Amino acid sequence: MKTWLLLALMVFSTVLGDLLQSAEMKRHGEIKEFAPRRLGRVLAALARKKFLILAIVFMAVSFFAFMTLLETADLSFAVPASAATLVFETILAKIVLKERVDSRRWAGACLVAFGVALLTR
Amino acid sequence: MNRFERLRWKTRVFTIIVVLSNALGNFALASGMRNRSTDGVLDYLRAIFSPWVMIGIVLLILWLLSRMALLSWADLSYVLPVTSLGYVVNALMGRWFLNEQVTAARWAGTLLIVAGTMLVGAGSPRNLEVSLEMKREGA
Repeated sequence: MKTWLLLALMVFSTVLGDLLQSAEMKRHGEIKEFAPRRLGRVLAALARKKFLILAIVFMAVSFFAFMTLLETADLSFAVPASAATLVFETILAKIVLKERVDSRRWAGACLVAFGVALLTR
Repeated sequence: MNRFERLRWKTRVFTIIVVLSNALGNFALASGMRNRSTDGVLDYLRAIFSPWVMIGIVLLILWLLSRMALLSWADLSYVLPVTSLGYVVNALMGRWFLNEQVTAARWAGTLLIVAGTMLVGAGSPRNLEVSLEMKREGA
């Protein structure tokens, strides 16, 4: 029971963290300057974005949920679960972020998810 | 080099940074935390300031920032499958450094991940905007 709760917490926070991060970075627009001086200004602007801070909190929750999950469950259970989030997130990227997910990306996401599931054998 | 080629190269370089910083960062963190007790606050502090853990933390910060940069121009549905190459790098590092067994199923999994990564990677990182602009510029 505890294992499933942790898994649900991990999946939920990973998905939410990625969606928030992607949404905020899309809104910010393409980063083009990588000179150290400009980069400092970009970082300062990003540090004030609420979605981004929330995204990092969710990523941290996901990280600790994964660590705790590994105390009770095998890696061969925990890692395929993280592959499942990939397909789930692709669906949400289409619905929530309005990304145009073409057949190439669907096929790629499924191949990778199956591949990760096999890696744990 | 036109805008689209430049975007493609930028995406490739950042994908490699994201994948390597994550895999190496996790590896360094795991090496640093091995055989270490983390009972009290003092143990945690001592762990954080050990060289391997420090390297791991720096690499994972690099991972976070480079992934954010990548997401500023590439779709999430592009970034996720492409950066899954990290699973393969992890598996290979386990094989080389920890002498883990690589079963036939794992090799098959590795091949599937590489195939999926290449399939998505060959497409454009940002579907809607790029295709609209390419149409406009007649590319």
